[in-house]
Amino acid sequence: MATETTGTASACVGPDGSAIGMPQLCADWMPNQIFWLLIALIAIYFVLSRIALPRIATVLAERQGTITNDLAAAEDLKQKAVEAEEAYNKALADARAEAHEIIAKNKAEMQAELDKAIAKADAEIAAKAAESEKAIAEIRASAVQSVEAVAKDTAGSIVAAVGGQADDAAVAAAVDAQIKGGMT
Amino acid sequence: MATEANGHSEGGLVFHPMDQFIVKPLFGDGAVGMFTFTNVALWLLLAVACVIALMVLGTSKRATVPTRVQSIAELAYGFVYKMVEDVTGKDAVKYFPYIFTLFMFIAFSNFLALIPTSFSPTSHIAVTAILGFGVFIAVTALGFIKNGASFLGLFWVSSAPLALRPILAVIELISYFVRPVSHSIRLAGNIMAGHAVLKVFAGFAAITAVAPLSILGITAIYALEVLVAFIQAYVFTILTCVYLKDALHPSH
Amino acid sequence: MEGDLAHIGAGLAAIGSGAAAIGVGNVAGNYLAGALRNPSAAASQTATLFIGIAFAEALGIFAFLVSLLLMFAV
Repeated sequence: MATETTGTASACVGPDGSAIGMPQLCADWMPNQIFWLLIALIAIYFVLSRIALPRIATVLAERQGTITNDLAAAEDLKQKAVEAEEAYNKALADARAEAHEIIAKNKAEMQAELDKAIAKADAEIAAKAAESEKAIAEIRASAVQSVEAVAKDTAGSIVAAVGGQADDAAVAAAVDAQIKGGMT
Repeated sequence: MATEANGHSEGGLVFHPMDQFIVKPLFGDGAVGMFTFTNVALWLLLAVACVIALMVLGTSKRATVPTRVQSIAELAYGFVYKMVEDVTGKDAVKYFPYIFTLFMFIAFSNFLALIPTSFSPTSHIAVTAILGFGVFIAVTALGFIKNGASFLGLFWVSSAPLALRPILAVIELISYFVRPVSHSIRLAGNIMAGHAVLKVFAGFAAITAVAPLSILGITAIYALEVLVAFIQAYVFTILTCVYLKDALHPSH
Repeated sequence: MEGDLAHIGAGLAAIGSGAAAIGVGNVAGNYLAGALRNPSAAASQTATLFIGIAFAEALGIFAFLVSLLLMFAV
């Protein structure tokens, strides 16, 4: 390692400026390297332990807290959403039930009115029918009477024309018997 | 024999893969004293500046929804924090700032060293030895403070047969004292070897015929070095955690 | 190229890095084989993987160290 000093800065550098042996093993330079290394290490240590590491630790803790809070808030919101959905569904079901009720009630009312109207109409129809029947019966009775009268008259006339002395009562009885016989 | 190391610059090929590791003063041309502002100092302070920029300025908004820089800072924080918690245990969280300091320093030194024409402090054994032996001494002292003499139970493997225990104890003792050596030289060796390989490939670019191949090789090695830069920081940190676990819970 | 026995020794010591490569490859390969058998357990074992690789690599680092010492310190 030991060479003649050639006027350059160190015994480890040759006259042409290139290294003699390994620069790593040059004892002349070691105190300098060690001194600056210790300065650098102490500087980094103090900066890190006093400023950087506590700061990063708080930032990480804060972030963890924020994340936890956000997750809790999200859970809350989710719960609220579920509750709101439930309330909505319940309201919907209620409304549907009410609607059903109203519809049923209306239907029943309408049915009742309808029934009443139908009954009234039926009664009127029955009354009309009875009246008509009565009229028909009267008409029929009067028609029968007219037929009797016409028959009696005709029978009396026929008897008179044939030349017999027509007894009104006998003619009437015969006609009656004839009508009855015809009708049966 | 050291004088011959710079004597192989014959022909067109000039390889000086180690020149990038030379420490030189940035102001003036004098000798490198202990307090001289050298390129080592510059790049170490740049690493400090980058750590401050990422971890302090990047998080200055304290945003709950992080910006890009802030999420990188939080990612690094969470990465190392989880490593400490998983490997060392929950009771070691109070040592987290030290371990995080080591991780950020090594990671940023490694990454800054990948900038062309930059200087790589972590390729110097003096630097990594301070880191490695610092961890070693701190962990050993912590082990004795926390556990007293029972810390020596780390070397007395009680699960092995009695006859084997003294031999195992010697092996454990050797492996324990070798830890800081491998711990520091792993980092320095990886970074140094990677950068030296880059320089050797760059030297080949002087020959026109192989220049494209050399550039391709540099690109590939550079990508590998980006990976190595992170992995070495990770390995250094996780081994620190493992050693710390041994100190806190020596009974395996 | 000039040199002496120390250089040859350094070169021989560098073979150790190949041995370390075998070790690291063994660790990583077995991890991958295990991870493919049981992918759900793979993520929890990455830390162990890196610790194993680091230990395997430590021995390669000793070879590297011996090489360096032969080259520059002897």
